[in-house]
Amino acid sequence: MEESYIRSVARRFSYHKAGMVSLAVVILIAAAALLAPVIAPYGYEDIVGGISQPPGPGHLLGTDGIGRDMFSRLLYGTRTSLFVGLAATLLSTAVGVVLGLVAGYFGGIWDMILMRFTDMVMSFPYILLVLVASVIFKPGMWNIILILGFVDWTGVARLVRGNVLAVKDENYVQAARLAGMPRRHLLFSEILPNVIAPVLVFATSVMALSILDEAALSFLGMGVQPPDPSLGNLLNGAQSLTVLGSMPWLWLAPGLTIVLLVVCVNFVGDALRDAVDPTTMR
Amino acid sequence: MTRYILKRLGVALIVLFGITVIDFFIMTLAGNPVEILSGGPKVSEAMLAQRAENLGLNKPVYVQYVNWLNAVLHGDFGYSYKTYEPVSQMIRARLAPTLILMGTSLALSLVIAVSAGIYAAVHRRSAGDYAVVTGAFLGQSVPQFFLALVLIAVFSVNLGWLPSSGIRKLGSAGSGVQFRYLILPCLVLAFGMAGSNIRYIRSAMLEILNKDYLRTARGKGLGRTLVIWKHALRNALIPIITVIGMEIPGLFGGSIIIEQMFGWQGLGLMTMNAILGRDYPVIMAMCLISAVVVLAANLITDILYAVADPTVRLE
Repeated sequence: MEESYIRSVARRFSYHKAGMVSLAVVILIAAAALLAPVIAPYGYEDIVGGISQPPGPGHLLGTDGIGRDMFSRLLYGTRTSLFVGLAATLLSTAVGVVLGLVAGYFGGIWDMILMRFTDMVMSFPYILLVLVASVIFKPGMWNIILILGFVDWTGVARLVRGNVLAVKDENYVQAARLAGMPRRHLLFSEILPNVIAPVLVFATSVMALSILDEAALSFLGMGVQPPDPSLGNLLNGAQSLTVLGSMPWLWLAPGLTIVLLVVCVNFVGDALRDAVDPTTMR
Repeated sequence: MTRYILKRLGVALIVLFGITVIDFFIMTLAGNPVEILSGGPKVSEAMLAQRAENLGLNKPVYVQYVNWLNAVLHGDFGYSYKTYEPVSQMIRARLAPTLILMGTSLALSLVIAVSAGIYAAVHRRSAGDYAVVTGAFLGQSVPQFFLALVLIAVFSVNLGWLPSSGIRKLGSAGSGVQFRYLILPCLVLAFGMAGSNIRYIRSAMLEILNKDYLRTARGKGLGRTLVIWKHALRNALIPIITVIGMEIPGLFGGSIIIEQMFGWQGLGLMTMNAILGRDYPVIMAMCLISAVVVLAANLITDILYAVADPTVRLE
């Protein structure tokens, strides 16, 4: 039964052409990022060539302002950005699932407190909250993960709460409750499996958002700190008009990588949504 | 109806109170502004203590909070740690450019999102539909700062058509925003917002087009154009209201980064500078103001909802 559900989701997913192509691209980028130490011709901190050399043989994407190989930095930067995106998504999804489960299942005063708290977090413009937090805590990769993770759980929490409310009174949950099953079993074995699919779909958009936010923060100098590369801080140099106008290799490639990555993650999410819920109207 | 509005208002006030508490305590958690203010070896301990006392920073946190809240309720956000100007005055001076930028981008994004969304829904599964949806995905996926960089590189640096920074020509008469300066930041903000809303409008419209009353209208022999413009659009009002409500927080966030990149002398740039300089009174004021605006937008959305759709249950 379980197997056939997953198989039917996979089948419907495979019908979604854009989704399949995007999945392949995401896997390709992830593999390149993961294998950065193997693929990259140079280390990301090594000064290996002339200053700001345009792309050519030897340096596929040219060199940056102090003579580091841009292609190698791009690979390592993608690695950092993907990791931040993934870790922040895992964290915020976990926080959101737990809070949503508690609010939806226990209801009453807990629901009230948690949902009002969710409203409060949601009322701060997201990026303002992230920016303020990134100044308070020293910028750096792990802090970015924690900040994004602890700010972006509100959507998941609301989603899970809504789904829990919908299934809580279903017969099979009532039956398990009447059979005297412990609360742990009700929450994690009866209710949670029913909310996993929508959460998974939602998580892809959280991931896309996290990658975008890391990029913006690092671009502004409040995220991953140089010399460690990330897709965002690789674009730092583009804040000078000379670089922007006449040295496109210093900022175009990382920017396009972000766009490609986020577009593909979004398409995968879209295909997943259709695959999980065949009734949605297209 | 009045009861419903009052209830929503009550909830919003509770949330707002919570926000002021969070706002304030995050800031006190951030560290001692006196040290940040007067870093440098020449400042003596006694001067620091005097400074702290003047700013009321030597009192317990909850006393500071009550004092701050009391002042805020009287419209006093304190003085900037950096420029010593009253914060409310700083805000007033920078409000107009931000409102102009936000207003024009919101309007532009709505025009794009509503027309493209409806077009895609009506021509479902056509090449045009796929183009719109793909464009929407792109709008959602391009980081605003990257789009800004590309536009500046193309239109300001290479073509030299549009200015890349500021709100008006230096030294020109008057004091308002000049249109040429508005184009690029407005495009960047509108593009991102439209991207995330086109698909929402499209699917809402698809749902409406499938409703029975539209089938009836078509069945009666009404032309396609009439059906769409007269019957469907009216019902599309609700998703459009929702979209406006959803865009408000994004507008605030987006304008912080975009104003910074385009040197747009508005509230966003001021907030960014305050964040970088740890100018707490300014940061707290801006957090509070944006939260109030977001809450008000939510409240108005809820109320308009109830007005536009009589079936919304007024608990």
